[in-house]
Amino acid sequence: MSATIPGIRPAAKSPSTLALGLSRIGYETRMYFRSPDTVFFTFLFPFLMLGIFTAAFSAGGNLGTNPDGTGGVSVGAYYLPGMLAAGMLLSGVQNLAMDIAGEKSDGTLKRLGGTPLSPIGYFIGKIGQVFVTAVLQAVLLLLVARFALGIDLPAFGERWVVFAWVFLLGVITSAFVGIALSAVPRSGKSATAVVIPIVLVLQFISGVYLQFGMLPTWMQNFASVFPLKWMAQGMRSVFLPDSFAVAEQNGVWDLPWVAAALGIWLVVGLLLSLMTFRWIRRDA
Amino acid sequence: MAVVRCAQEWESGAMTSTLPIVQVRDLQKTYGSVEAVRGVSFSIAAGETFALLGPNGAGKSTTIEILEGYRARTGGEVSVLGVDPHRGGLDWKARLGIVLQTSGESGNVTVTEQLRHFAGFYPNPRDVDEVIDAAGLREKATTRISKLSGGQRRRVDVALGIIGRPELLFLDEPTTGFDPEARHQFWDLIRGLKADGTTILLTTHYLDEAAQLGDRAGIIAGGKLIDIGAIDELGGATARVPFVRWRDCNGTLRQERTSNPGQLVAELVAGLNGAEPADLEVIRPSLEDVYLSLVRGAEAAVPGEAAASTRTGRHVSSILADQDLTA
Repeated sequence: MSATIPGIRPAAKSPSTLALGLSRIGYETRMYFRSPDTVFFTFLFPFLMLGIFTAAFSAGGNLGTNPDGTGGVSVGAYYLPGMLAAGMLLSGVQNLAMDIAGEKSDGTLKRLGGTPLSPIGYFIGKIGQVFVTAVLQAVLLLLVARFALGIDLPAFGERWVVFAWVFLLGVITSAFVGIALSAVPRSGKSATAVVIPIVLVLQFISGVYLQFGMLPTWMQNFASVFPLKWMAQGMRSVFLPDSFAVAEQNGVWDLPWVAAALGIWLVVGLLLSLMTFRWIRRDA
Repeated sequence: MAVVRCAQEWESGAMTSTLPIVQVRDLQKTYGSVEAVRGVSFSIAAGETFALLGPNGAGKSTTIEILEGYRARTGGEVSVLGVDPHRGGLDWKARLGIVLQTSGESGNVTVTEQLRHFAGFYPNPRDVDEVIDAAGLREKATTRISKLSGGQRRRVDVALGIIGRPELLFLDEPTTGFDPEARHQFWDLIRGLKADGTTILLTTHYLDEAAQLGDRAGIIAGGKLIDIGAIDELGGATARVPFVRWRDCNGTLRQERTSNPGQLVAELVAGLNGAEPADLEVIRPSLEDVYLSLVRGAEAAVPGEAAASTRTGRHVSSILADQDLTA
């Protein structure tokens, strides 16, 4: 340790919140891919489930085939929209809720709270990380679906416009809900116990693992309160033939309601995030 | 006596021409019914290194975390770099360096990456490579923080604390877990920062560290400042009166405190007709001795605050004498 550190203090401008937020996105994304737990349970999980469902149920033939033998889709094609929706939920809710709860308990947030990084810059980093990783995940899922599972994807056009806004709205909503949920666990260790059951139950009742049309009405109604059902429904409208719309709750894709439900959750998540976020736990 | 000294301290701080970097007056903090800090006052001048000493649970960390802006105070006045820490904004934080007492981050990031990233938060950061060298982390620069030893991680904490070129640096028990060589290197680093004019508030359990680095020190016990002053004046002159210890002709260990130990030794030798007194020692109380006598005296003065202490009402120096005889 040499002792000479120049101490001149010329006046300098503070870095802007936006610039700091962008530098946080790069940093956060690197941290994401360096955490094996996160990579497996958040990033790769939808790939795993898509593979398992395709392998397990493909022997039963296509799903949704009309009496005349037309209009059906392969098992993989049927589950693809659900897995895309699950990826959005995992990348936002599961990832951020556990990540931020962990950072709160291991002292990361306390250290950041003592620096000139603003909470907004920190949020930009987290949401940006969710966005970057969710886009990568979705692109890879689509590539796997197309080239490994031979699933036909929609032609360029209106369906991809729907895909874009459902994805964008769903991912940002997921990120805010995840930030809000991170305030619930009392410690980093209990975060798994709080977050995983919520995310898992939502996937079962929202038409990700089980066909939504086969669930009892009360369960469908319950699932409709939460955003995942709407993300999955929006994704099904993109990737499934229109003949599948009859299996939805109202017999149609209901895209305006998809937008409304996700929009409401976005606002709720944002408000809860702003109200609950603290660099450190508030003392007595 | 302590109360009078504190008051003088405050006034002398306020009278200096340049405004103090840190000014604390009658600081109080309660958690429910527990009074963690009960009326602490001190000030730190620009460029000064001030050591805050005291036993665990005495209120050191609560005090320092109030100054850092992490905790709200219950009462009193606090000014840090001219700002109330409770209202300190980002520009204020940019002028501080904070080394927290604990850090347990997962650290999936290399030393260089972490320092470069944190340097980006500040308007006028230090050069990343210079800080890595100064912190003795050159060989670990491309190692992930999770792979470092406890002492090496602590160096990273310190490096992150100074990367923003702080005007005021908080060091909360910075050298816990350091080997002796690393501690001496750390002291060199801090002396370099002092030479740059950095004001430093240090808490430590190592009294030699406080003596090496501190210009002044305050001792907190039971949430109160029991003494404050220049390191070599803590405890007052009486606490620094040397001991003369020897074994008399009956084989009994004897001890006397005197400001003139040479004279006492000469008398002893004369009384023995020029023979050498057995086991003769002249002991000057170290900062640690003075500190312990002050802390034990404070605990003794308030029965029930320290469960271990039953020695109520005794004078500090007699406790010091007891402790040294039994040692």
